[in-house]
Formats: sequence, C-alpha cells, structure tokens
Amino acid sequence: MLRYTAKQLANMAITLFAVSFLVFALNELSPGDVARKLLGAYATQSQVDILYKEMGLDRPLIVRYLEYMGNALAGDFGQSLVFRRPVSELLFDRLGNTMILAAISFAVIVPLSMLLGVLAGMRERSLFDRAISVFSSICASIPEFAMGVFLLAIFVVWLGMLPGVSPLRADSGWAVWMQFVLPVLVVTFYDAGYLISMIRSSMVEVMRSAYIRTATLKGMSFRGVVAKHALRNALITPFTVILLQLNYLVSGLVVVETLFAYPGFGRLMLEAALSKDIAVIEAGTLVAVSVTMLTQLFGDLGYMLLDPRIRV
Amino acid sequence: MADVLVFDKVSIDYRGKAGVQRILNDVSFSIPAGGSMGLVGESGCGKSTVALAAMRYLPRGMTVAEGRISVEGRDTAGLSDAELRRVRGNRVAMIYQDPMSSLNPVMTVGEQLMEVPLLHGVTDRAVAFQRAVAMLGEVRLPDAEAMMARYPHQLSGGQQQRVVIAMALMAEPALLIMDEPTTGLDVTIEAAILELVRELRSKFGAAILFISHNLGTVARICDRIGVLYAGRLVETGDIRSVFHRPAHPYTHGLLSALPRIDARGKGARLHPIEGTLAAADRARPGCAFSPRCPHMAPAECVERSVPMVPASPAADHLARCARLEAVRKASQAAWRARPPAEAEVDAPILLDVRHLTKNYELGGRFGGRAKRVVRALSDANFQARAGQTLAIVGESGCGKSTLAKTISGLIPASAGEARLGDADLAQLPVDKRPRDLRRRIQMVFQNPDSTLNPSHSVEFALARPLKVLRGMGSGEAKREVARLMEQVQLPPDLLRRMPHQLSGGQRQRVAIARALAGEPDLVVADEPVSALDVSVQAAILNLLSDLLERSHVGLIVISHDLALVRHMADWVAVMYLGRIVEYGPADAVFRPPYHPYTEALLAAAPKPDPDAGAPTVVLGGAMPSSTQAIVGCPFASRCPRKIGAICDTETPPVRRFGVHSIACHIDLPPPAAGIRSQADAAAPPP
Amino acid sequence: MTEATRDIPAAAAYVEVARARPRIKLGALARVWNLLSYSPIATVGAAIILFWCVCAIFAPWVAPYPPNKIDSALLAYPYPTSQHWLGVDHLGRDIASRLIWGARTVLIVAPIAVLTAAALGTFLGLLSGYRGGAADAVIMRVGDTLLAFPKIILYLIIIAKFGASAFNIVAVIGVTNAPIIARIVRAVTLDVKNRDYVAAARMRGESPLYIMLVEILPNARGPLIVDLFLRLGYTTIAIGVLGFLGVGLPPPDPDWGGMIKETYGMLFVWPHMTIIPSIAISSLVIGCNFLATGLRESSVDG
Repeated sequence: MLRYTAKQLANMAITLFAVSFLVFALNELSPGDVARKLLGAYATQSQVDILYKEMGLDRPLIVRYLEYMGNALAGDFGQSLVFRRPVSELLFDRLGNTMILAAISFAVIVPLSMLLGVLAGMRERSLFDRAISVFSSICASIPEFAMGVFLLAIFVVWLGMLPGVSPLRADSGWAVWMQFVLPVLVVTFYDAGYLISMIRSSMVEVMRSAYIRTATLKGMSFRGVVAKHALRNALITPFTVILLQLNYLVSGLVVVETLFAYPGFGRLMLEAALSKDIAVIEAGTLVAVSVTMLTQLFGDLGYMLLDPRIRV
Repeated sequence: MADVLVFDKVSIDYRGKAGVQRILNDVSFSIPAGGSMGLVGESGCGKSTVALAAMRYLPRGMTVAEGRISVEGRDTAGLSDAELRRVRGNRVAMIYQDPMSSLNPVMTVGEQLMEVPLLHGVTDRAVAFQRAVAMLGEVRLPDAEAMMARYPHQLSGGQQQRVVIAMALMAEPALLIMDEPTTGLDVTIEAAILELVRELRSKFGAAILFISHNLGTVARICDRIGVLYAGRLVETGDIRSVFHRPAHPYTHGLLSALPRIDARGKGARLHPIEGTLAAADRARPGCAFSPRCPHMAPAECVERSVPMVPASPAADHLARCARLEAVRKASQAAWRARPPAEAEVDAPILLDVRHLTKNYELGGRFGGRAKRVVRALSDANFQARAGQTLAIVGESGCGKSTLAKTISGLIPASAGEARLGDADLAQLPVDKRPRDLRRRIQMVFQNPDSTLNPSHSVEFALARPLKVLRGMGSGEAKREVARLMEQVQLPPDLLRRMPHQLSGGQRQRVAIARALAGEPDLVVADEPVSALDVSVQAAILNLLSDLLERSHVGLIVISHDLALVRHMADWVAVMYLGRIVEYGPADAVFRPPYHPYTEALLAAAPKPDPDAGAPTVVLGGAMPSSTQAIVGCPFASRCPRKIGAICDTETPPVRRFGVHSIACHIDLPPPAAGIRSQADAAAPPP
Repeated sequence: MTEATRDIPAAAAYVEVARARPRIKLGALARVWNLLSYSPIATVGAAIILFWCVCAIFAPWVAPYPPNKIDSALLAYPYPTSQHWLGVDHLGRDIASRLIWGARTVLIVAPIAVLTAAALGTFLGLLSGYRGGAADAVIMRVGDTLLAFPKIILYLIIIAKFGASAFNIVAVIGVTNAPIIARIVRAVTLDVKNRDYVAAARMRGESPLYIMLVEILPNARGPLIVDLFLRLGYTTIAIGVLGFLGVGLPPPDPDWGGMIKETYGMLFVWPHMTIIPSIAISSLVIGCNFLATGLRESSVDG
C-alpha cells in the first residue's frame, strides 16, 4: 500500500509537470502580450520592448518555465495582472470560499444520493425505483445555469425567500448562511442526479448477484440482506466516482459561482481566462489538476480498503 | 417415514413480455427423510426452477400455477415470511453451481458461515464461531481457524465449494438441494467433492435433491432419479431400474448418447438424439418429446396428454410415454461396435513436436516486483498422424490450451520445435506463416458463444476463410459455402442467420465448417463439445469423426473428458502441470501400466453406472502453481503412489513400452503383467 | 490497478459488450420501432430530439419571425401573446424564432463535436486495446492527463486563447471527450480481442486493421451508441455553458446559452426571457439522456 501510494505520488508529480509545462507553453508562446497588457494599449512599441527585456521574456521558453516552477515550488506564483496582487494570496482567498461551498454541497449530496440510490436499486423496477430513476435522470440533464434560473425564478423572484446573489458579505441584506442555500441547491440537483443513477445501477447489479441469493436462502430477512451483504458491495464501484465529485466541486463550479456572483475559485478562473491573466490561469490549473489527482489517489486507496480482492 | 420434500402435480408459469410460458408442467415426486433424488436434464429443461421452487424463491414473473410443494409436511405456499425464513437455510439448504459467485466477495468465510447459526437460534458469537470451525473440519478444509479469516477469492474452486457445503450443513438441515454442485470443477476435484457429499450424507442424514446434467455424477450420489424434459418429468424411479432399463425414449437417448470410458476402444458410434428442444414443445398438449422421438405415433403421442405410467416391474418406476411397449422392443439394439482399430503406428507423421516449451513472464516491466515465470508448457514431445486423432487430456491449468495455441501460432513458443512438413511451427507465429501453411492448420474452439462473431452472419463467417485462404471469388465461395453447410449437415437457410439465432450445436457445426473451409491437413480442436448438452455432443462427435475419416485430416483434440477421449482418440497424451506425463496409443494408455495421474483421472471420471462404486483413488490437494520451479516430479505433491524423497528431488525417467511412454519413478511392470484395468474389467470375458 | 479503477467511473458503468439479443434483420426502421414500443422512456427521449430536429431542419419555414429582427416597440409588453407566443426578449426579438434558429446551431455543432470525439476516441481505443504495450501506455497516459484537467477550465483556457468560433468549440469538445470514448472502445476491445472468433481471424492471417475494424469494432456498437447519446447531452450542456459564460458562439446568431446570458440580468423584470431558453436547453439534454437510458436498458435486458 505504501509502495503503491509512493508510486502514484511520483506519477502525479510527472503529470503535474507535464500539465504545467503545457499550460505554460500555451500561454507564453507569445510573451509580448504580457508586456503590452501591463503597459496598456497606449504604450509605444519601444516601451513594450524595454519592459519585455526587463521581464526576461526574451529568454527561451524552457528557461522561463524552469524559473517559474522554481518559484512556484517556493510558493511564489507571480503577480496577477488584473487584480494586481500576488497570485498565491488571491488563490488562497478564493479557494477558501470554494472549499466552504464544496464541503457543504458534498455533505448534502453524498448521503442523499447514497440513500436514494440504494433504496431505488434495492427493488429493481419497483415504482419507487422508476420514479427515482426518472427524477435523477432529469436532474442530471438540467444544466446548472438552467437550474439556477429556475430556482432563482421561484425562490427569489416569485417567493422572495432567498437572496439572488451570494457575495458572502453580511452587508448585502441577507444572512451569510442564506446566501449558501441556492448555490448548494443548484449543485446538489445537478450532481446528485448523476450520483444517484450511478449508485442505483451498482446496487441493481449487486442485488442480482448469486451471493445475494445465497444470503436470502440462508434465511436472512430482506433488510438484513441489504444491510449486511448488498450495501458494501454496492458502494465499491461508486466509491471512486463519489470522491471524484470533489473535483467537480472544487474546480467545476464556474457556472454556479458566476450565477450567484460567489467569490470563488471557479469565477476567478473565468475572469482570468477572459482577461488573459496568465499567472492566475497557470497557478489555478496547477491547483485544479492537483486536486483531481489527489482525489483519484484517495479514491484508489479507499477502493482497496473496501474491496478485499484488490490489494496491492 | 415422512417425506421431506413433496412436489405434487406442480406447474409453474412464467409471465413475460411474450405472454405466459409454462416452465414446469405437472411435476410430481417426493424425497423421503435421508433419501437422495437426482434430477437430470439438458439446459432449459427446468431443473433449476425445481430447486428454486422448493425454496419458494422463484424469479420475478414465475408463479406456481397449479399443485403444491411441501417441505416436511407443510405447504410452502402457506408459510409467512418469518416462517419461510425459518425454513430457508435451517431445514432446507442449498448448494450452488459456481461457488465463487455464491460467496460474498467482501466478507470473510468465517463471517458468512457464522451467519447461519446466528440467524437460526444461536445468539452467542463464540458458539457460532466454534461450530463454523468444526464444520470446516468436517468438509476437510485444512487449518480451519485460519480459513475463517480468509476471503473467498483467496481459495481455490474446490475449497470454495467445500465452504459452500459447510455453510449449507451448518444448521443440519433436513434437505440439501444441490444445483450442479460440481459443474465447472476439474474431474479430480469433482470426485473429491462427490465423495465428501456421500460421506457427509451418511453422517448428517440429510435428504438430497441433486440436480445435474451429468448422469455420471447423479449415478454416484443418488438412489432415485427423475428425468426432466421441457419442464415435464418424463421418467422417474430407482436409479438402477432407470439406468439399466430406461423406459422413456429420451432417457434412452441420453444414455446412449454418452461416450463411455469403459468402451472397449475407439470407434463405437454414439447415438445422438435428433433435433433440438423447441420453445413450442413446452406448450404441446401431448408428449413434449414427440417431435424428436423415433417411436412417435400421432394418435397416442401428439393429440392427447400422456400420463405417467408404470414402466417396469420395479416399484415406483414411472415413465411418461404412451408407447412403452414399442420402445422396449426397439431398444434392444445396443452399441453398433466397430472392431476396435489398433492405432496405426506407421501412419505418416504430420506434425512432429519435440521439446516444445512455453514460458510466460509476469510482472516486473517497470522494475518493482521480481519477475515471475509461468511454465505453461515444458518439453512436450509427441506426433500427430494423418487421418488419426491425438487427444491431449488434463485438468484446467495443465497447459493443454497453451499447447494448442502454440501449435496454431496464436502464441509464440519459447523453445523446441514443431515440424509440419518443412516448416517449424514453433518458430512461426501465425502472422509470419505463409498463406499455405495457415491454410493447413485450423482450429475449432471450445466456447460456442464466442466462436462466431456476433456481428456477422453465418455466410460471412464461412465465405471469408474461403476468400482469404483459398483465394476464391464471391461466386465460387458461395457455392463452396453451400457445400460446407451440407458437409456439416446444416440446412442452407441458416446462412442468413446471425450467430445468436443458432443453437450451441449449430454454432459449433458452423465453426467446424469454418475450420474445414481451408481444406486443412491438421485440425486442432480445443474442448470442442464441452459446453454442449449430452445429446448434441454426440452428434458433433460423430460429425467430426466422419469428416476426418473421409478427408484424412489429422486431429488434435484437447479435452478434460476421458470418456470422450476414449471414444475418439487413436493416441493420447496426458498432461500435468505443463508436462506430458504419459503418451501412447489410446489402447495402451487406457490399460495398465498407468502413470499414477492417469490412474487417478480414470478413477475420478464419473461413470453413468450406479454400480460403479466409489473411485479407487481420490486425489487430495490441488495442482500447484505453475510459477514455482519444479524439482523432481510435477505430480509428487498429490501422488497417491509416491515412493519417497526421490519423487521430490529427481526428474522422473521416461519408461518406454514400445511407443507407449510414462514419466515416473515407479518401476512399472510391462503391460502383459498388469492388473486388469477398468476398461478390461468392463469388457465381457473373451 | 490504477488503470482498472480509473476505467470504472467513465466507462465500466456503461460498458456492456454487445450481447446476443434479437437482431433479426428487420431493417433499421423496424428495429427503431421495436425499441421505441418496448421502452417508454426511449420514446419520450426520441420524441423530444425529433421535435428539435424538425425545428432545426425547417427553421426558415417554421420560425414565425426572423431571429434577429429587433423591435423595441414590443418591449411595452414582452410577454407571450398571440403574435409572439413565447414573448420577445430584451431587444424585442421573437423568442420562439430565436429558439428555433438556435436549435439549428446546437444540433449542428453538438453532433459534429461528438462525432469528432467518437472518431478520434474509437481509433485510439481500438489501437490501444488491440496493440497494448507502449502504444496503450502512451495513449492512456495522455488521456488520463487530459481528463485530469477540469473540463470547464480547459475549455476556458483554450477558447480564451484561440477565440470563440464554432470550429474551436468542436475541436476542444472533440479532443476532451475523445479519451472517454477511447476508454469505452478499449474496454470492449480488450474483452473481444481474446474471443475465439478473433483467434480464428488471426489464424486466417487477417491484418490487424481488418481485425480491428471488421471483427472488433461492430461489437462495440451497442455501448458506443448509448454513450454517444449521453455525450450529445453533455455537449449540449457544454455549449450552453460556454454561451452562458460569454465565450460561446459569436453573436448575433441565436445560441441558447447566449440567450440566457443576455437576459439573465432581466430575470427580476421579465423572467420568461431567461426561463424559456433554459427550458429549451434542458429539454434537449433530457431527450438525449432518456434515449440513452432506454437504449441501455433494452440492451441489458436482451
């Protein structure tokens, strides 16, 4: 297990380097843009050239990349061109906000989808199963922005019960906790839809297996069979998928954060991409990819714990 | 004595999208306390439904339409859920086919065993634990305490089935239902499991309902037998009456379709049952077997329903046949035996294999763990002769499939040579072979489900090799395809069908036609019939031997079934752990002196004869892993005749008796002085 | 181990190697009819997709107004009326007409993007599954890396870099979805390549290309078709998201995501302008997912 973890961590490092180099190369192939951007549209070409040299942008790509990575490993990701702040600070703030939203959503989504998925899959083709299947399929089909629009229309425009924006400031006229309700709801509908159907199909498959028959014919009650024999087996396959949702929750919330003006990581990336704030894009991508790979690693390790057949 | 299980005129319906289908029709039988009843029949006859119905565990859509099923005198239909739970696992327990999937993969063996007493009255976990350990000892699992902490995937197939048996016996049930408990296990493991069942039965006194497609295993376990066909019981009675005086034409067919290990030699023709079971047969008002029956008379068999009638003077021997008298008269004709042909030692050698070796390397690609070498095939020597059949026998993992694949070029050999004419096949994987060489060797595969591509029609499957191997144009190929279909006795209208629309036997015929399309010199058949029902098997075997005889093609048959080998082979090679331990003409191999492993295989092979008695040799243990380096004799760890340390330390010498060779340390007596073999014992005295 | 588990989320849940199920040669239409009468959920899905297809194909005849015709006079009462039965948007353009023309955009761009992904993914999946070894390692590694990127962020970076055009959207969706399809095809290939009929083909001396395309690929048809419809749904969402984030297809041609973005600020005043396109896009995705579910169920049940 230790050996496996070490190997995976090494793999991760390699992938991270590859990814960071790719993003770096993609963004800095035309480094002139940076100098131009810093100086603004009215600077003369010679001014741009001077700054270009000063920043060392005329050096080969690989040299600049190594320098960048050296700084990055020391925690310095450079300056944001748009926000005029160190990228690390900026990321830290925004990631913190996103983590809060992600944690709340995860805490809602996982128990909810496990409950509904297991209950539906436990009696395949029952009325409840069919209803849940259709419901989850619809939820997973409605894009976040559309779901956001629907919920806003109902709870904000029509009922006026909840705030329509979530800047996380107490002075916006709504309690901060209320500002979380809608973003969490939107994320939950979209993501739980997918998870429920995933867990359900795993449960269905387990309930059809021969060892469930064995357990039933031992004289065990249906409830006992589900709780003692089916549950653990049914969660093996979805386990990795459940963990992978963390990924979506950290870096996939661009739309939700934009919808609700939530000061999170996703919106930061959107703003950076739109304004070509290269330093932020690079650092943000590194963060996002690390999160993905870490969750994958934890997924694999947990999977091994759950399934005795897979031991490394 | 009270009957433990009674089926009283039970009919079961399945309500599906295609309407209502009758799965079981008017099935009646009973099993007394301590009795044992076998149910045999081919796939789709409804035998598993009987088992599930006895447990009141029918699949969704199936219902008991008529009749009643009682367990220990109580009608199961009237049981409440709680009462039903007290019956299941406690009074009636079940043992399944495929033990691996019947055990929960994420729970230890111990937990799964302990559940049974904990569900049925025991509250103390320590007591349950003790009982489980004791029961693991009863089923002869070594080191029971350690076994409790293992997970199912850490056990071998035979051990898993022992665990399932232990689980079933935990509550000391009145009735054990065994549904194909040894299907999929190797013969020696099967023999050991069956012995265990016999032993435990006398010890615990449970009644047994034993369901199998294999008449040999039923003969070994049961005192009564029921034969199922298309959901109806067609014959039932004492096992000896039924085996010795089968009354129903179907039972008759089953018994004479079976190749026998005690046949006197190669060549006896099998009697397949013509036709196949059609879905419509279930719904017939008259006899379901009538469309396939040679004795059918419309007035008696088709138009009215046929009741069970006494079939012989023996008590309780009943058969569902309207023309018992006619059948009895006609069935006196037994084996149409041909003179047993001595293998022609001097038939031209087609394929000459010397020192053929195949090692696989596992793991270790990116450093990390040490490389392990699987020795799948070590130093194999044999010849295949034109117009003759060489059988390669052995249990799973012995390397017989590797051998087949190496010869056919699907995997490259590691060392040695295999000469076919001028070419050395060992050096030529299939993509390096010239077209003519590819044409000369073809293969017939085991699994009828995967032998044909589900996406292509029969015509496509047959025309393609003609075009590729014989360079035919479309028109020519079309005519040749028609001829091939005729050769394998398939109607031409099957050409447009897709594989899933064919029965298993039909698919295997197409596969044979495909192999013959290139007009090969040598056909390698890997377990060609092992996945087919008995009656279909016989037809395919007959077809193969006819075709070979006509065309003088050499055949290498890979098989685990000794009876089949006895029936087909001129030459036999017995493999164990990647080595050929005995090789020679079939008549010599099936007669002493034996290699101890051959002897054990012969003893273990199930014989459709209730008087065959217990096997004389039952092997313990399992085949060692082929990743270990073998010093000495590969069979030493399981050999019942091991003579001492020499077996573990020195490679056994090859003893030759003419062309017959045995690799063994025992100084075997030459054939003439041998004890009478089972084959001889079964033959009438000269 | 890593390969195996990573496969699970994306592919394994949906992979079902083509099984024996009635494939009697009835002709494609009859087969489709068979499926639809069998699965109500597939029928609903197919009906929704068909509806939007008809809208897209016959847009010039079906749409009551030109999609970009601005009439600010209508803003006095922008709600649904008998003339504008879904109302008009913030510039007084007819919403129904814009939806119909927008369907055209989505239903051209999304399928092309999915088919690009399918072509690329199928090729790579076959190659990596059949060849194994180094080719497999490289393809899967690159795929893993690509999948490690959060998709939206990847879209943002690339579209921001190269600009929002239909071609770029197709390219980026094609490339990012290809690894998933490659995994599905690879899983089927790994299963099928050890089947006896492939061995028989090799013994005839068929070329690897023939084996991949004729012996293996047809058996991936079932899982592939199911996945293509799922992917069509996700792609519709992705295009919508890009539009909503302002990096979608360039205006003024109507794009559903863009319609939502433009009117989002007006939600408190004229909610229908945002809600109606949201319903449209959701319905198309629901259609795709329902059809995929129905297809999967029918292939599992045999």
